[in-house]
Amino acid sequence: MSKLYSGAEIVFKCMEDQNVDHIFGYPGGAVLPIYDELQNFKSIKHVLVRHEQGAGHAAEGYARSSGKPGVILVTSGPGATNVVTALTDAYMDSIPLVCISGQVPTHLIGTDAFQECDTTGITRPCTKHNWLVKDINDLASTIHKAFEVATTGRPGPVLVDIPKDIQFQKTKYSKPKKEKKLNDKSHNHFNQNSINELIELMSKSSKPIFYTGGGVINSGPKASELLRELVYATGFPITSTLQGLGSFPGDDNQFLGMLGMHGTYEANNAMHDCDLMINIGARFDDRITGKIDEFSPKSKKVHIDIDPSSINKNVKVDLAIVGDVKTVLSSTLKSLKQKKSKFLKSNKQKTSRWWEKIQKWRSVRSLDYIGSEETIKPQYAIERLYELTKDKDSYITTEVGQHQMWAAQHYKFNKPNRWMTSGGLGTMGYGLPAAVGVQVAHPKKLVIDIAGEASVLMTIQEMSTAVQYSLPIKIFILNNQYMGMVRQWQELLHDKNYSESYTAALPDFVKLAEAYNCVGIRAKTPEELDDKIIEMLNTDRPVIFDCMVDKVENCFPMIPSGKPHNQMILGPKDQENKKITGKGKSLV
Amino acid sequence: MPNSKSAYSFSNKKEKFDTHIIVVWVDNEAGVLARVVGLFSGRGYNIESLAVAQVDEKLKISRITIVTTGTPQVVNQIKLQLRKLVPVHKVADFKREDKAVIFKEMALFKIVGPNNKLEGALKACKKFNPVLLDKTKKSNVIQITALRREIDKMSKDLKKFGLVSVSRTGAVAMTRGADIFK
Repeated sequence: MSKLYSGAEIVFKCMEDQNVDHIFGYPGGAVLPIYDELQNFKSIKHVLVRHEQGAGHAAEGYARSSGKPGVILVTSGPGATNVVTALTDAYMDSIPLVCISGQVPTHLIGTDAFQECDTTGITRPCTKHNWLVKDINDLASTIHKAFEVATTGRPGPVLVDIPKDIQFQKTKYSKPKKEKKLNDKSHNHFNQNSINELIELMSKSSKPIFYTGGGVINSGPKASELLRELVYATGFPITSTLQGLGSFPGDDNQFLGMLGMHGTYEANNAMHDCDLMINIGARFDDRITGKIDEFSPKSKKVHIDIDPSSINKNVKVDLAIVGDVKTVLSSTLKSLKQKKSKFLKSNKQKTSRWWEKIQKWRSVRSLDYIGSEETIKPQYAIERLYELTKDKDSYITTEVGQHQMWAAQHYKFNKPNRWMTSGGLGTMGYGLPAAVGVQVAHPKKLVIDIAGEASVLMTIQEMSTAVQYSLPIKIFILNNQYMGMVRQWQELLHDKNYSESYTAALPDFVKLAEAYNCVGIRAKTPEELDDKIIEMLNTDRPVIFDCMVDKVENCFPMIPSGKPHNQMILGPKDQENKKITGKGKSLV
Repeated sequence: MPNSKSAYSFSNKKEKFDTHIIVVWVDNEAGVLARVVGLFSGRGYNIESLAVAQVDEKLKISRITIVTTGTPQVVNQIKLQLRKLVPVHKVADFKREDKAVIFKEMALFKIVGPNNKLEGALKACKKFNPVLLDKTKKSNVIQITALRREIDKMSKDLKKFGLVSVSRTGAVAMTRGADIFK
C-alpha cells in the first residue's frame, strides 16, 4: 500500500513536483498545518513578507523576472483579502501566480467563523480560476491543475482555498498527470493562410509598424529573439507598450520608443499615420489608443494574440492570428524566408519615405526636458541611473505614477524580463515588494525599484523583508513630495486645485532606512547625483535612495484625454496651445 | 442594456442591439453559475433571462441558457469570454430571429375567481396547449409553454380572468432537425 500523506504534506509534494523553489507568504491560524510541514521540505524556501499584498507583488516580481509561476501562501480571512490587490494586478498584466489560502474547517464554512471569508467568491473575478477543496482526495489534482491553468494560454493568477481540516486529513499522493488540454482549449488557432496573408500585407505596405506588448515577454525569451529577427528581416519600425519594453532593444535605431499616453511623438504619430499595424501580444488598451474613434484611421490592422477574447474587443482588426507569439513569429519568419528571401532589400525603397517621415518626428525630440543646475530633474535622475547601470544587466521595478513613466521613457531595456511594472491595474506600492521577488529569483543581480515617495509608502514595510533575507534591493525614490501624476492632472484639468495631492508629513527616508537597518542615501543636487548613485551601487545591502527632485515637473509628451495620437502635448511650451477643455476633462 | 460607455473614451458610434440566446455547456461544479453570471455582471453585459439545469448526470454537465442583448461586438465578447472559463465546454449563440432554433419558456398562472372566469382563462390559453396542474372550486393553476413575448401577452390578457400569480422560467433552446450543436 502506498504511503498516506496529510493535506499539508500534499501541498508541498505538489510544489516539489511543480519545481517550486520559493514561496512568499505569511502564516496564520488556518494555514498552520501547512507551515508546520514547511521544515520537512528543504527544497522549498519560504520568504516571510510583512503584509500579504507584499507576498503577492513579490510573487509577481519573481514570476515576471524568471518566467516561472509565483507562489503565495496566506491564511484565511484578512490573509486572503490582503492578497486580492496583487491577484487583480496579476490578472490585468497576465502574470502566472498560484495562491494557496487557508480556510476555516469545512464544518465551519458559512457560519461566519473567526477569520472566515468567502475567499473563492471574493477572488472569482480576479483570478483565471479558483477552487475550494472540500475533499482531501481532490487536493493533489487540484493543485496540479492550478499550476497548469496559471501557466498555460494567457497566463494569470489562480487560487486554491484549503480548509484547515483538509490540511490534517490523509490520503495517497498523486503526481501531476500529462493532462489532456483543459476542455480542449488549445492555444494555436491559426493556419498557414493567415501567415501568408500577413506576409502579403507586409510586402504591400509602405507605412508599416510593429506594435508589440507584454505577450511577447510572456511567450518566453525565444519570442523576443524571434521578434528581433523579424524586425531586422523586414526593416519595419517598431514601438512597444509599457509591458512590452525589453522584448526589442531600447537603443536600436528601428525602435521608436514606447507608445501611448506618455509615449514618444514618433511612436504615436507613426501609429496614427501607418498603413499597416502589426500588433503582437498587445491588447489595444485605452492608455494606448487614445480616442478610439480616431485611432489609426488609415491602417490595416493585424492582431496576434493568444487570447481570442482580446481580438476585436476594443479595436476591430482586419487579420486576427490567435496563437502563442513564439509560434506565430516562427511560422512567419519561416514563410518570409521561403517566399520573400529578399524582403528587406525590396522593401527598403518602399518604406524609405516612411522612415524619412519618422526621422522628422524623431527630430522633435519629444523626451527632451529643460535641464537645471540647481535642482535634480527627475528625467535627469533616470538618465544618470541608466548610464551608470546599463552595463550591469539590471532588473528594474517601479511603482505607479510619473516616475514610472519617466523610467519607461528614459531607461532603455535590451532584454526581456528585466522590467517589472504594474500597467493594467496601476498599483501604487507594487515596486518595492516586486523588487524583493526579483532579487529572490536573481540573488546576484542588480535590482532597482524606481519609486515615488507616495507609492513606496504603501508597501514600505517590505524593507524589513529585504533586510531579513539580505536582499540588496535598491529603492530609488524620485521624491517630489507630491503624488506627481495626480498633481499633474490637477494642474492640467482642474485649474491647479491641488486637492490632497501634497504629502505634508513625509518621513525622513534616510532615517527610515536606518530604522529598517538598511542604508539611506540622499541626493539633493545634480552635482552630487552621480557620486551618490555610485555609492548606492557599491553598497551590498538594501538601500533607500532619497532623490530630491523638482517638485512640479510634469511628464511629457502626453496625449491629452479624449484626443487621438496625432494631437500630443509635447512639453511645457506646447501645453498652452492645446488646453484640455470640455469633454476631455471627464476622462482620466 | 444601457450604453456601457467607458468613462475613459467616448464613442459616437450608435450600434444596433440584437437579442441573442447563448447556450453554455458547463461542468456542474460548485460556483459555476456564479462564474457565468459574474462574468455578465462584471463586464456590464445584460441578462434578460436565465435557465440552468444538469443535463448529463454521468458527465455532470449542466446546460445554461441565457437571453441577452448587445451590439455584435458585445455579443462576440460574451462568447469569447465565456469560452475562457475553465468549466465551460462549449458555447452556442443563436439570434432570436433564427428559424432553425426552437425557443421556449414555461409559465405557471394562478387564476382565482368564479367558474366562468376560470374557464375563460383556460380557453384564452388554448393556443399554447395549457395543462391544468391544479384545480379547486375557486382557483386554477395553468401551465403553458410559449415564446417570451407570447407569455408577456398572456400575463396581461389573463388579468381580467383573475390572474393572481405568475411564475415563469427563462428561455431554453434547441436546434431543429437531426443536427446537434457541436
